[in-house]
Amino acid sequence: MFNLFYRAKKEVTEPETSSRQHHTLWGDAWVRLRRNKLAVLGGSIILLLALAAIFAPLYLKYDFATQNYDAILVGPSTEHLLGTDELGRDVFSRLIYGARTSLAVGLFTQLVVLMVGLPIGAIAAAAGGRVDNLLMRFVDIMYAFPDILLIILLRAIFGGSIFMIFLAIGLVAWVGIARLVRGQILSVKQRDFVAAARAMGGSGAYVTLRHLLPNSLGPIIVAITFNIPRAIFAEAALSYIGIGVRPPTPSWGTMIADGNNVIYAAPYLVIFPAIAIAILMLSFTFLGDGLRDALDPRLRR
Amino acid sequence: MGKYILRRILWLGLVLLAVSFITFSLMHLVPGGPWDREKELAPQIVENLNIKYGLDKPFYEQYINYVWNALHGDLGVSYKYQDRSVTEIIGTGLPITATLGVIAFILALVIGIPLGMAAALKQNSVIDYVAVVFSTVFASIPGFVLGILLVIIFSVWLHWLPTSGWGDWRQIIMPAFSLAALPAAYTARITRASMLEVVRQDYIRTARAKGLSERIILSRHTLRNALIPVVTVAGPELAFLIAGSFIIENIFSIPGVGRLFVQGVFARDYGLIMGTILFYAFAVAIINLIVDIMYGWIDPRIRYD
Repeated sequence: MFNLFYRAKKEVTEPETSSRQHHTLWGDAWVRLRRNKLAVLGGSIILLLALAAIFAPLYLKYDFATQNYDAILVGPSTEHLLGTDELGRDVFSRLIYGARTSLAVGLFTQLVVLMVGLPIGAIAAAAGGRVDNLLMRFVDIMYAFPDILLIILLRAIFGGSIFMIFLAIGLVAWVGIARLVRGQILSVKQRDFVAAARAMGGSGAYVTLRHLLPNSLGPIIVAITFNIPRAIFAEAALSYIGIGVRPPTPSWGTMIADGNNVIYAAPYLVIFPAIAIAILMLSFTFLGDGLRDALDPRLRR
Repeated sequence: MGKYILRRILWLGLVLLAVSFITFSLMHLVPGGPWDREKELAPQIVENLNIKYGLDKPFYEQYINYVWNALHGDLGVSYKYQDRSVTEIIGTGLPITATLGVIAFILALVIGIPLGMAAALKQNSVIDYVAVVFSTVFASIPGFVLGILLVIIFSVWLHWLPTSGWGDWRQIIMPAFSLAALPAAYTARITRASMLEVVRQDYIRTARAKGLSERIILSRHTLRNALIPVVTVAGPELAFLIAGSFIIENIFSIPGVGRLFVQGVFARDYGLIMGTILFYAFAVAIINLIVDIMYGWIDPRIRYD
């Protein structure tokens, strides 16, 4: 409650907030997040990997697709930091470009999730009654699907590009967010400031967009952070069974699948991408745990 | 209670009907048909095949036929393995998937509960620290990554266990553990949190005040109450295990239902895809129902209306 008033004040009188530091909801959360060492570690790894992936062409010696038949299955060396694969491609380069795939999947699926889940959850909560009932029963039905199998089926329907992978995973993962958004809004709806906004003549849409959604944001951000590694895992699993991204685009899942064929000759081909997935997922868990402690008001004393 | 179970079963029927309808519609959207081959079949043959399997009928008629047959235990024919029915194929995969799932589930409980208990009883000790690290790490490493790392350690480097296959007990160890690690981590985390909550309750102090031995307090009071949340998540966990088993089955070449599904998708085998998805949805729904009923039995405070 109080945080809200501080936020309102900040817009009107700037100096006030600068003399009293970190009293907004997000300011507080940021301070708490920074105190959490594991969350900082996780966030830094993700940021570092993202930067490494974005600027990959600037510093990598090798392309991810160039095949060198004079250097097939060469172990890690100074020439090839993490060795080369069965087609003579540089494993380090493929790993970095694979991070692009993983991070893109993680982020863009959440975009789909938000675009579908957020409105459905918000509409269900705001409308209530029969609409709410209908939407939530639909969500229940979606929950009954074994999600990875549904993703595979959607993938088979959509076919084609990497964007279709985002779509397939996103169209399955939105149900959790829809439920969460609905629950959050329903609980915020009971608060006094919402009644006040209504009393001042705010329309339903206005109250939903300006008051209900922003105040439900914390747990949604946390849920999204935990959803990202799940999407990354789903893509890796799809690529592993051979219906993920198309070669030669590197994906950690594809790299593991390919490496599996020569696992006795070159176990490092499997180890590096496996460890990369583990580290990335662990980083998101740390960050998500930190964000939850920092943002989720229910845990705040 | 009887009324509640009945209502749940009715709802389950509705959900399965909806799931089957959505899957059926989606399947017909998959580009290409079950008769696509490297070498194209003659149009007349395709037409005859379509007539034989009823694929020439309108969509709704196909669907109604399917549901009607499914209610009689006939999940239709596999287009890939034309000499076997889907019910038969799933029947051969089911015992394998179920065995793996149950072993992994027991493993998860056997690892998770004692670990969580030990961590809570000796809070801030080395055991607690180990338990927290274990549950954080294994809760975020996907099963198939773990499976592959296990293969490298125990098959490639140590030569202790076979990389894949099914039949020998040594072939069950790695897949079961890869599958069990995540639910074990979850169980440990929840057991720990809920034990820490329970040992601070007044009724534990009362039990101690009236002179009960620590052993009886632990078994009759602490554990019984602390395990309620563990049962709550056991249902979703088991469901997760069953769904998660498909990729583990693929890694270790285990001929279970999950591998059948993947083969079905590649072959556009409508019958097989449909059958496996329905089977999974059904299994998950039944497990959740059983857990909910058990929940009321373990925690008498819960009343269903």
